[in-house]
Amino acid sequence: MSEGLYSTEAKDYDKTLDLTKIKPYGDTMNDGKTQLSFTLPVPAGEEAIEAAKQLMRKMGFENPLVVYHKELTEGFTFFNCYGSCTHTVDYTTIHVPKVEGTKWDMHETDDFIREQIGRPLVVVGASTGTDAHTVGIDAIMNMKGFAGHYGLERYDMIEAHNLGSQVPNDEFIAKAVELGADALLVSQTVTQKDVHIKNMTELVEMLEAEGLRDKVILVCGGPRISHELAQELGYDAGFGMNTYADDVASFVAQEFARRHNKD
Amino acid sequence: MQKSKLGLDFNKVAHAKDVARNIATGVQDFVEQYTTVAVERTLCRLLGVDGVDECTVPLPNVLVNEIKQKGVLSEGILYYLGNAIAETGLDPQQIAERVAAGTLDLTTVPAHSESEIRSALKPYIDAAIKRITDRRKKKEHYLETIGEGPKPYLYVIVATGNIYEDVVQAQAAARQGADIIAVIRTTGQSLLDYVPYGATTEGFGGTFATQENFRIMRKALDEVGEEVGRYIRLCNYCSGLCMPEIAAMGALEGLDVMLNDALYGILFRDINMQRTLVDQFMSRVINGFAGVIINTGEDNYLTTADAVEEAHTVLASDLINEQLALLAGLKEEQMGLGHAFEMDPSLENGFLYELAQAQMIREIFPKATLKYMPPTKFMTGNIFRGHIQDALFNMIGIWTHQGIQLLGMPTEAIHTPFMSDRYLSIENAKYIFGNMKSIGEEMEFKKDGIIQTRAREVLDKAISLLENMEREGLFSALEKGIFADVKRPKDGGKGLDGVAPKGRNYYNPFIDLMLTKNATDILP
Repeated sequence: MSEGLYSTEAKDYDKTLDLTKIKPYGDTMNDGKTQLSFTLPVPAGEEAIEAAKQLMRKMGFENPLVVYHKELTEGFTFFNCYGSCTHTVDYTTIHVPKVEGTKWDMHETDDFIREQIGRPLVVVGASTGTDAHTVGIDAIMNMKGFAGHYGLERYDMIEAHNLGSQVPNDEFIAKAVELGADALLVSQTVTQKDVHIKNMTELVEMLEAEGLRDKVILVCGGPRISHELAQELGYDAGFGMNTYADDVASFVAQEFARRHNKD
Repeated sequence: MQKSKLGLDFNKVAHAKDVARNIATGVQDFVEQYTTVAVERTLCRLLGVDGVDECTVPLPNVLVNEIKQKGVLSEGILYYLGNAIAETGLDPQQIAERVAAGTLDLTTVPAHSESEIRSALKPYIDAAIKRITDRRKKKEHYLETIGEGPKPYLYVIVATGNIYEDVVQAQAAARQGADIIAVIRTTGQSLLDYVPYGATTEGFGGTFATQENFRIMRKALDEVGEEVGRYIRLCNYCSGLCMPEIAAMGALEGLDVMLNDALYGILFRDINMQRTLVDQFMSRVINGFAGVIINTGEDNYLTTADAVEEAHTVLASDLINEQLALLAGLKEEQMGLGHAFEMDPSLENGFLYELAQAQMIREIFPKATLKYMPPTKFMTGNIFRGHIQDALFNMIGIWTHQGIQLLGMPTEAIHTPFMSDRYLSIENAKYIFGNMKSIGEEMEFKKDGIIQTRAREVLDKAISLLENMEREGLFSALEKGIFADVKRPKDGGKGLDGVAPKGRNYYNPFIDLMLTKNATDILP
């Protein structure tokens, strides 16, 4: 571990922060220190450690350090490693598409809908396709909400319908029409082999085919969903991890008002 | 008299069990008058019907669809199969192949007498019973010779979608110390009204449950079990629309543990309640006879409901599941009644409440092989905190003598487990189980303290919920949403058209055979 904590090697790099060239921070500006773990399909031994180090150099790490390794089963070795990242990114030129609008709490959203729209918005949500997980849609819609953020069912000015899980897209659309939905919420938890992309794309295509796409606000959410992905797939907004009913409700209310004020 | 560390009143516990028994008996009176397409397909499988037709429809479906379409599902498939055997001398598989080819119409075969039909079926019924018995003896032999790991058993999942890749992951996990390997099913399989056929290499979030996949994994676990000197149990999912068929496949192929809840499909998959309740009985009779440990799904209530407010719902469901399982011939040791460590980690004294509830479940079901589920809802992607949450969960597992510890993974909510995730989880559990081994024997709880008070509150609330359900009857309670806040109509949901009242010629000797043999304990 001579390259590690007690290393006496000179730290002769520039230690001033430059936002056009940022890199990971361990305990000194621009030290590039990064922690990573992975498994290689080889038996444990000196060769395995060397392979891990070479791989880290190819990933752009200087001074690769294997601090722990363990053969998980014959022919597979797990590594915990540290290294100094040589790459940098220019933070000043980054642009990430974000859901536009202001995030309000439940009362602010209710007041806005009451004053600006004048009737409750109908929101229909489901975990669609074969996805059996209700945890996402429930966190957004259930009365109780999640982590202290009330769900849409508790909003005075939102009529929330949670259709649950494994709802086929055609049934989802039929129900949305029946309920007169202003907004559709699609939750996708299972993302293995990109099954969610296929399913979410199918919904957009079906809505377009039936001439309904522009009549509803279409929102998706899930741990692997980003707003950027959502927009690529033809959704109005996407909500990923650490977003709650507040985020969804304020977006839907503001987007609805924006569209209808235009008319 | 059992002594309670929690100061529980065992007269109250006995009363709760009486109430749950009344609820279960009310259901059983209904169950015994009906059959379902899944039950009938199960009978086909037990008689050795396997394979698919040219459109890849499984032959058990071909046979049962045939009588359903002809409007005679009520008479049951064994009447027609037995009659066709008596008439043609063919075996059930040959008959199924001819029905699939369109060269045999079961309903127009000349009718034989009841005794001719029953004696035509007898060799195939006896063969099925013998095959399951032999399979069970093989497992018992392993347990006597190479033995098993101590409880709580370490349970981990594999979920690659490819059965051959699952084998690599499962064998690695066994070498690291896992006692039970659960092959997670592909998402959506619970709603298929058939069981796919053959070895499969594509799945979403899991791997198809097929009889061939069961066989491949059981063989791989026998191999690695011999290598590590510990019998490795195999778990799959006896739930959804094919509940009893999967039980039969598991019994034939030597599965050891099955997720098998009486109410879960109704509440969380919107499967029709009549269908599920009839199916669960047949599936549990088979699981009981095959020596399978069933796991119930109470932990799932808490992925949506609040773990503090709804703890009594978990206990109430455990009590109902226990009584329904007893009616189906399952021994208490075969009951992996479910509960979970699911409180918000930011809750002050949350650990004490979790400890109270886990100890309470232990004392109320002293012989059960309790299934304890890890935190899932509050796994955030912060793998470092997640690993600590799982450590607290493991502490309660060893402290309160749980039967099956479903190991949480630090990467839960991110991806299905990597080989290294499983290693970290097993290491976590083994460390804590060793380091804290006898804490349960050493520690007592303060009289009328937080822990004792919590346990008593949960029991009282569960009793009042059960009494309410007893007044309503289970069907009506489910319709009114008294349970888990989910309302399900008796005639709604998926799979109702596969339910039929038993007709005059209806015959299913397996239930009596299996209940009798299991009760007399065929094993040495």
